[in-house]
Amino acid sequence: MSLAGVEHAGTAPPRAVERRRHHPVLRYAARRVAAGVLTLAVLSLLVFAATSVLPGDAASAILGKQAHGPQLQHLRAEMGLNHSIARQYGDWVGGLLHGNLGNSAAGYAAGGQVTVWSQISGKLANSAILALLAFLPIIAVSLLLGVVTALRATGWLDHVVSTLTLIPAALPEFVLGAVLLAVFFTWLNVLPPVSLIPPGANPLDYPSELVLPVLTLVGVSTGYAIRMIRAGMLDSLLSESVTMARLNGIRERRVVVRYAARNALAPSVQVFALIAQYLIGGILIVEYLYNYPGIGKELVDAVAIHDNLEVQSVTMLLATIYVAITIAADVVVMLLVPKLRTGGR
Amino acid sequence: MILSRRRIAPLSNVGAWIGAVVLVMVVVIALVGPWLAPHSPDQPIAAPFTPPGSGHPLGTDFLGRDVLSRLLWGGRSVLLFAGAATTIAYAVGLAVGLLAGYSRSWIDPALMRSVDILLAFPALVFILLLAAALGTGIWSVLLATAVIQVPGIARIIRTATLEQSVRGFVEVAVLRGETTPSILRREILPNIAGPISADIGLRFTWSVILIASVNFLGLGLQPPAADWGVMVSENRGGLNLNPYAMLAPALILGALTVAINLVSDSLARRYR
Amino acid sequence: MNVPPAILEVDDLKITTTSGDAILEEASLTLARGEILGVVGESGSGKSTLALAMLGYTRDGTRVERGSVRIDGTDLLQLPERERRRRRGRVASYVPQEPGQALNPSLRVGAAILDVIREHGAAVPGQVGRVLTAVHLPATKQFARRYPHELSGGQQQRVTIGMALSCQPPVIVFDEPTTGLDVITQAGIIEEIRRLRDERDAAMVYVSHDLAVVAALADRIMVVYAGRVVEHGRAAALVQTPRHPYTRGLIQSIPDPSRPRTLIPMRGTGAGVGQWPAGCPFEPRCPQRVDACATAVPPLEPAGDERSVRCIRWRDTPPVDLGDRLGGNPSKRSGGALLQVEDLLAVHRGADTVVAANGVTFAIGEQQCVALVGESGSGKTTVARAIIGLHRPEAGTIVFDGESLAGHARDRTATQRQRIQYVFQNPYDSLNPRQRIADALARPARLLRGLKGQQATDEVARLLDRVRLPQTIANRYPHQLSGGERQRVAIARALAARPDLLICDEITSALDVSVQAAILEVLDDLRSQLGLTILLITHDLGVVSAIADHVIVLQRGCILEAGPVMDILAQPTDAYTTQLIDAAPRMRIA
Repeated sequence: MSLAGVEHAGTAPPRAVERRRHHPVLRYAARRVAAGVLTLAVLSLLVFAATSVLPGDAASAILGKQAHGPQLQHLRAEMGLNHSIARQYGDWVGGLLHGNLGNSAAGYAAGGQVTVWSQISGKLANSAILALLAFLPIIAVSLLLGVVTALRATGWLDHVVSTLTLIPAALPEFVLGAVLLAVFFTWLNVLPPVSLIPPGANPLDYPSELVLPVLTLVGVSTGYAIRMIRAGMLDSLLSESVTMARLNGIRERRVVVRYAARNALAPSVQVFALIAQYLIGGILIVEYLYNYPGIGKELVDAVAIHDNLEVQSVTMLLATIYVAITIAADVVVMLLVPKLRTGGR
Repeated sequence: MILSRRRIAPLSNVGAWIGAVVLVMVVVIALVGPWLAPHSPDQPIAAPFTPPGSGHPLGTDFLGRDVLSRLLWGGRSVLLFAGAATTIAYAVGLAVGLLAGYSRSWIDPALMRSVDILLAFPALVFILLLAAALGTGIWSVLLATAVIQVPGIARIIRTATLEQSVRGFVEVAVLRGETTPSILRREILPNIAGPISADIGLRFTWSVILIASVNFLGLGLQPPAADWGVMVSENRGGLNLNPYAMLAPALILGALTVAINLVSDSLARRYR
Repeated sequence: MNVPPAILEVDDLKITTTSGDAILEEASLTLARGEILGVVGESGSGKSTLALAMLGYTRDGTRVERGSVRIDGTDLLQLPERERRRRRGRVASYVPQEPGQALNPSLRVGAAILDVIREHGAAVPGQVGRVLTAVHLPATKQFARRYPHELSGGQQQRVTIGMALSCQPPVIVFDEPTTGLDVITQAGIIEEIRRLRDERDAAMVYVSHDLAVVAALADRIMVVYAGRVVEHGRAAALVQTPRHPYTRGLIQSIPDPSRPRTLIPMRGTGAGVGQWPAGCPFEPRCPQRVDACATAVPPLEPAGDERSVRCIRWRDTPPVDLGDRLGGNPSKRSGGALLQVEDLLAVHRGADTVVAANGVTFAIGEQQCVALVGESGSGKTTVARAIIGLHRPEAGTIVFDGESLAGHARDRTATQRQRIQYVFQNPYDSLNPRQRIADALARPARLLRGLKGQQATDEVARLLDRVRLPQTIANRYPHQLSGGERQRVAIARALAARPDLLICDEITSALDVSVQAAILEVLDDLRSQLGLTILLITHDLGVVSAIADHVIVLQRGCILEAGPVMDILAQPTDAYTTQLIDAAPRMRIA
């Protein structure tokens, strides 16, 4: 008996590529995006379930515990809370997909209908600015110091950097923030302790308000990034293929760039993706500490006042960004590593 | 450029020893502090934000309470809850990881996919979500901190278990007819002690950071609790009057996390 | 006599670790253009260090203490690193052991070759194509655009050889270039090297642990043991009449498929770097030692006819003793069929489904030693794993002593599990690193035979004796043992269950040839003393010729032929078998 349509072991050289798949990168990206969408769908269920657990709902939260009767009924109807849970979920997801994040409870409290999106779009932009201002220096510094300390491993620079990076990398953001505040505000009095950026204004017009938040974010993440980049570069420098290149007489600079650094790129991309994701959490703390009008602070405030609709939507937004970063990193890694592209698996 | 794996030594043991010493000091302060506190952590003793002076070496906080006393009281909560969260997370993560890594059947992807859902969340956002769901307060924070760390632990344990379960001596045990619990206990567990010891210190640091951060955000322990994280938050206003009210709890928290990191870093290198 | 001028001269080279232990000492050699020098040694002998030193390169953690390496008159070791680097690839080049690791995974092979060419001068159009042609690879743009992982092992090695040739260096160093390739591919690479020697005028150094290959290829051979050259001379003469007892022992340990015989292993084990004895390094194991051997290291002295030996008793070295022809008493060995495999179909499910065993049928009689031979991918390990119950077959039956065996070991009876035992290929992997040897050996005895307490302890002692290991091993951990010792422990552990059938899966592939001979001797003893039936899985026809009665040849899951070893090896009927036999390197000793 033999099975139809199977290959025999040991026919062609195991990895000879006679049949190249078309656009393997696109197919991979498509698969990952589909998986991401699935993940987000499941997450939305979780998020919705989570915010529906508590007894009482947003309406009673707004009107206070004493409220009941027609006033409560009226508001509940307005907010759509008298529908079934399933219908509420459906409405919400449907809205999300259309970019409608629902109406904010705080808006209802103020007596009108205010969409969540209108409330947070500006803040999202502010947070994005903050994140970008932090991310770019982190990448630059960690690449520079990570590579240099790997090349000069066990030298004095390496020891100094290793010691220095260990400390901020282990600190909670708000601790570093507190120290920076004490230094730059209390002691030196050169920077403001809170971000007094008026709503709707462009934060880039207020550079002194940005310094401390950015510095806090950069301080905590850079140490970690430097160590990871260094480790990846070191692994590459000690690999057999680098030794072989040297034995072939290739000059050292070429070896470092074309042989060592090139193979250390893929792990570095993963590190940066991790940093980007970490920044999302970091922003929550930093914005709260400095009163920066961003989406992190918005989320914290929403949780504090039990504005569940807003919590739901902002959480989904952040989760979507998080998942998008993962997918992007995976695709970039695939572009960088030939073995993943053509090896078929 | 001649490099050597042997010469690239870990951070010198000096760092690890300093870390160990600091760690012990902070833990002692946290556990024994309440007996050493000169004043009550709840009663105001002077005007708010009085700078350091006699009777109050670190000054007073925003309600006039003695900062030093509150500092000595404020460590227990963090250690207790972080320890509990890490323990719970490890208990669950270990079970999930062992099962997933050893079973090599549909159980593996099923377990890991369910657990990976949580990895799509920034940790802090998840804790906030649960705080919104279950009500703010330390218990929901504890639960959330434990839950959000399970996927990471499960992943590490699973990878380590997988690596071991394809090794010859495990197959030998299977051929002997050993039961699965026996194999996990005698063959697998002793050989994954390395990655576990490298990871556990970092997890504890992470738990401390998360819980302290949530307390800082005012969504965990509530005032008038004497907790270092809460203290940093509530004394922000007095930076130019008595900065120590905010700085002291921040620094001692920082010392704690850095010390744990130094110690577990050197443990991790020894394993490697 | 017309002696061509030497292009490579190594003089009194001593290389140590940074902590001072010697890795290589008093190494000297000369080599002329057009000559191949074979450097033979086992693990820890220092041969790889010597290979690298010829390019003026030392691995991290090692340094040159004294000596010179001259190529065309210039001492590489006296030059600054920059000058040395300029000469690597151009004056002396290197072919590595593991081409898969040595090639840069992110560079296409054409680009990688071009890098080397450009480094040592301007590139001429078409040069990459010429390099590829020189090593019999397709000189097409399509091939040059491949990445290393898209090539087979043999192709990867040809690429590294091409790189080594690209700048026409006068000296080429081959460092175990065929380890890890299967025997037919290996034969192809060796043929390639032979051809290059004939075409070019380069001086080649071929470093290997495989004396048979070196003997067939080299003009002169240098045998290295414990960091020192112990014998040096013309290849054919050295192999016919070795003067150093180690060389003699080595030759006696090497099996020859064209002449099946029981191997005669050397006693003892080699010591590691830093633990070499004060006098002659071979003295603890030497059959012709005298007390004077232990006091001082013997000098390398001429022994006539272009030979030099490092032994004070070289004149007394007896001729090579090749032992008995295999066969013993076939009638004693036949009994009923203990194991019957019928129509076995086994597959590997991965991205594609691959058939590993396709309708395999064979039987093993009681007390026979049957070898299942094939290259990698032939399915031999899959068949073995199916028999032991680690791989569930799709179809077919496995009958052991009249009982049909279940697909997976856990579905079999305890008795069935006890009566068939398995020894794995990798001795570094098959022992639990956290368990002491005594516990590892006692466990199967306890579990499968119900021994308790003192009974189990006694059994452990008995088992260690059986595999000729000292009792002190019992309290050690695996990492304290050598590869050969670990493999003996693995065999002892299998014996602890008192099996009837022992399946050995490539148990000597990861070991040095002298250690292999010792293990095979243990196996043969066990067979005659305990009446064991053995199924031997191997790719090495030499091993087959040393110990097996019967052989089954497997290719891509199908049995090509089967029969008594003497018959098959002398007169194979299948073309593939013939190919395998021809590809096996042999030394042609009279």
